[in-house]
Amino acid sequence: MSEQKAAPPAAEPVPEQPSVKSPVSWLPTVVDTVVAIALALVVGAVLIIFSTEEVIDSLGYFFSYPWDFFREAGTAVWEAYAALVDGAVGSGTSWRRTIERAAPLICAGLGVSLAFRAGLFNIGAQGQMLVGALAGSYVGFHYEMPAGLHLVLALVAAVVAGGLWGAIAGVLKARTGAHEVIVTIMLNHIAGFVVLYFLAKETFQRPNSDNLLTPVVHDSAAFPTVGGLHLGVILAIVAAALVWWLLERSTLGFEMRAVGANPQAARTAGMSVAKVYVSAMAIAGMLAGLAVVMNVLGRQDAVTDQIAGSVGFEAITVALLGRATPLGTVLAGLLFGALSSGGLGMQSGPGVPPEMAQVLQALIVLFVAAPALIRGLVRMRNRETTGAVEAKGWGG
Amino acid sequence: MKLEIRGLTKRFGSFTANDGIDLTIEPGEIHCLLGENGAGKSTLMNMLYGLLEPTEGEILVDGQPVRFGSPSDAIAAGIGMVHQHFMLVPVFTVAENVMLGREQTSAGVLNRRAAADRVRELSDQHGLKVDPDRLVEDLPVGVQQRVEILKALANDAKVLILDEPTAVLTPQEIDELMRIMRELKAQGTSIIFITHKLREVKAVGDRISVIRRGKVVGTASPDAAEAELAEMMVGRSVNLRVSKDHTESGAPVLAVENMTVIDPRGHQVVKDVSLEARAGEVLGIAGVQGNGQTELIKALMGLVKLDAGRVLLDGKDISNQGPKESLAAGIGYVPEDRSHDGYVGGFSVRENLVLDLYRAREFSRNGALNLAAIARNAEQRIDEFDIRTESAETPVSSLSGGNQQKVVVAREFSRPLKVLIASQPTRGVDVGSIEFIHKRIIEERDRGTAVVIVSTELDEIYALSDRIAVMYDGRVVGVVTPDIPREEIGLLMAGASVGEGGAA
Repeated sequence: MSEQKAAPPAAEPVPEQPSVKSPVSWLPTVVDTVVAIALALVVGAVLIIFSTEEVIDSLGYFFSYPWDFFREAGTAVWEAYAALVDGAVGSGTSWRRTIERAAPLICAGLGVSLAFRAGLFNIGAQGQMLVGALAGSYVGFHYEMPAGLHLVLALVAAVVAGGLWGAIAGVLKARTGAHEVIVTIMLNHIAGFVVLYFLAKETFQRPNSDNLLTPVVHDSAAFPTVGGLHLGVILAIVAAALVWWLLERSTLGFEMRAVGANPQAARTAGMSVAKVYVSAMAIAGMLAGLAVVMNVLGRQDAVTDQIAGSVGFEAITVALLGRATPLGTVLAGLLFGALSSGGLGMQSGPGVPPEMAQVLQALIVLFVAAPALIRGLVRMRNRETTGAVEAKGWGG
Repeated sequence: MKLEIRGLTKRFGSFTANDGIDLTIEPGEIHCLLGENGAGKSTLMNMLYGLLEPTEGEILVDGQPVRFGSPSDAIAAGIGMVHQHFMLVPVFTVAENVMLGREQTSAGVLNRRAAADRVRELSDQHGLKVDPDRLVEDLPVGVQQRVEILKALANDAKVLILDEPTAVLTPQEIDELMRIMRELKAQGTSIIFITHKLREVKAVGDRISVIRRGKVVGTASPDAAEAELAEMMVGRSVNLRVSKDHTESGAPVLAVENMTVIDPRGHQVVKDVSLEARAGEVLGIAGVQGNGQTELIKALMGLVKLDAGRVLLDGKDISNQGPKESLAAGIGYVPEDRSHDGYVGGFSVRENLVLDLYRAREFSRNGALNLAAIARNAEQRIDEFDIRTESAETPVSSLSGGNQQKVVVAREFSRPLKVLIASQPTRGVDVGSIEFIHKRIIEERDRGTAVVIVSTELDEIYALSDRIAVMYDGRVVGVVTPDIPREEIGLLMAGASVGEGGAA
C-alpha cells in the first residue's frame, strides 16, 4: 500500500501515532467542567428529593396538595445543600477540614497532571503515596532529632521514596515500552504488599498493638499547627507554583510538553523521550510522596495499608477536572476537599444519606468524562470539535 | 451525465471554505480543478461526494437538484471518487476489493467468479489492464490506483473525481493514468481532476477552473500559458523558475558509506548506499515514494539505526549518534512529514521556532527558558520568513500548510549550518511559499552549505539540484546531472538499470 512508511527501529520506544491523539486533547474545556458541576448539582438535587422521606410522603397525596410536594422537595434540596456548604466552609472547623482534605488531593493531583502533560497516564499515585508514607514515617518515629531538621529529613524521605517508586514506571516505559497504565496499577498492588510486609516487622510495629500500624511520628518531625491547621498545607500551594514554573518556564517542562503532545517531533528535535518519561514519573511520584506527608507529618496519622485512602485515585479525577494545569488542579482539589468535608456536614444534618457528597463527586466525574453527553444535554453547538474534524477537509 | 454546482457555499463557524461556487461538468469532459492547498478544492469535492453538507447552494444532476446525505447517495447518483489515500484492503484480491460492499452471493456463498469476470470486463472495456486475481498488496501503487478507479466504475460512476491522483506516481505511471483518463472520457465518463500541477492540467484537461480562497477565480483553456495559470492560482505573478547561478562545489561535507538499514519487519529498506554531499551544492535525491529515501534520511539524522556502513560529517564518524548530536553538529533538518516530525501542533509558533534550539545558551540558562529571547526570536523569524500568523502565540496547527512549513524551515535556517537536509520541503505548500522556500534553499547553498533535498516531485528536483541521485528499491541506481531528460530519470525511478554515472 501507499503506507509503506516503516516505523523506525527506535533507540527509544516511541508510542504509535498518529491515530492516537495526544492525551492532552481529551481534557475537558473550562465550560465542560462548569457545566458538569452544575449538572451534577441538578441530578444530585433530584436524588436528594427522592431519598427524603417527607418528600416521598408528600407524593402520596400529590393530587390533592401538589404544592406540598414541591415545598418539601425544595426544602429538602435547600437543607441538604446548605448542610453541604456549611460542612465545607461554614465554620472555622469546616474550613480547616476542607483545606486539610484538599492538600493531599492537590499534591497527588499535581503529580497526575504533570505526568499527563508529558503524555503519561499515571494511575500510580496510590502506590507512590504508600511507599512515601512508609519512608517518611520511619524517619519520623524511629529517629530522635532536633525539631526542624527532623521534619525536613522525614519530608525528604517520603518525597524521595515516592519519587523512586514513580521512576520505576518511567524507566520501564522508557526502556521497554511497557504501558504506564498497566505498570502503575501493578505497582500500586506491589506497594500495598510492601507496606504490609514492613508493618509486620518489629521495627515498624507500634508497641502494645495487635493491629498492623506504625507509631505516629515524633512531634519533632511533625508540622507545627496554627489554629488547628498544620502548616504542611502551605506546601501544596508551593508545589503547585513549582509545577507551574517547571512546566511553563523550564527546559525540562518544555521537553515534557513537547513529548506529551508529539513524541515523534520531540525526538526529531533531539529531545530524549526516555529522559522525559523517567523524570516526569519521578516528579509525579515525589508529589504523591508530598501528598501523604500531609497525613503522616501533618495530621500525624499512623501508617497502615489504608493510609492513602482513596486519595491516589481521586487525584486522577482532580487532575483531569483541573485540565492538568497547576491552577486547575488546585481549584479542583479544593472542590473535592470541600465536597468531602461537606459530606460530613450533611451527615450530621438533615435526613439525607451522607453518601450524597460522594454521589455528587461521582456525578461530576461522570459528566466531565462525557463531554458529548453534556453537549447533547445542553444543546451546545460545539464549534471547536466540528471544526477540528472537518479542518482536514479544507486542504485543497 | 451533466453535473452542475450552483452557488455552493460551505462555512465552518466564521470561516468560509467555499464561497458561492458555480461549476458545470459536461458529459465526457475532463474538468481540471486547479488550486493551491487550502484553496477549498477538497471541501468542494467532499460536498459533491456527500461527506459534507453544503451551507448554501445546490447540486444538480442532469438538471435535477439532488441532496447527498452520505457518500452512498452520491454513489447512487453516479459519482465516484478516488481518494488521495487509497481505500483498499491489502490482503484481498483485486476482485474482492472491487466487490466489497456489493457482494454477489449464491446460497450465502460469495460468487467470486462473477466478481472476477466483472472486473475483467470493466478492465478490458476501459483499457485498465488489471488482473482480478492478484492480491492488492502485491501491486504497484499505480495499479492500486487503477483498482480504485475500477471500484468506482463498478458502481456505474458517470462522474469520476480524482483527488490529486498523480502525487504517488512515477512519471511513467502518470503517463499511463493520463491515457486511462482519455480512454474513460472517450467512453463518456466525465472526470473531475484535482491537482496543483500545471503540467498535468495542460496535458489532459478540456477545461480548467481555478479556485482560490474558496472561490472560482476563473476558467481557462489548456492552452493557456503556465505562468498565466499560476498567477490565477496564487493571485499574483509567480516566478516558476528558481534562479540560481552555477557555483563551484567544494569539498565533501557529508558522506554516506555503504549504508544499509533494516526496518522493524526485517526488510532491507536501504541497501548499500554510498553518497556524498559537497559544500555549496544541492544534491537531489529523486525517486518514487517508498524506495528507501525516508529511511536513508532518518538514518542520516540518527533517528533510525544503521545496520551497516557509516555516516561522516567533515570526515568524522557520526553514525548512530542520535538527532540531538546531529543537530548540534550543524545539520539542519526539515522532515518529510512536518505534522508528524517537524512541529508540535499544539505548541505556539513561538515555541515551535525553538523546538530544537531551546538548549542553546541564547534561549535557556540553567534549565530555565529565556522567554524574552524566545519571543524576540519569533518576531524576527516571522518577519524574515513572512510567516502568516495571527500572532506568535497562535498554535501552529491552526496555520495553513505553507505557513507551517515556513515555521519548520525558518527554525532550521536560523542557525549556522554545515549541512541542510530537507525532505519534501514543499509538499502541501502553496505556490507562493514554494517560491520562497526554494529561494532560501539556494541562498543556503550559495553560503557554502551542503544541501540534500529529497523530493518525489521531479520538477522540484530539477529546479534545485546540482546533482541528482535516483533511488529505487533501497539502492541508488544512478547519480546524474540535471541536464539529462526527464524520461531518462523516469526510467531510473522505475528501476531501469543504470544509464550513466555511478555511485558518487
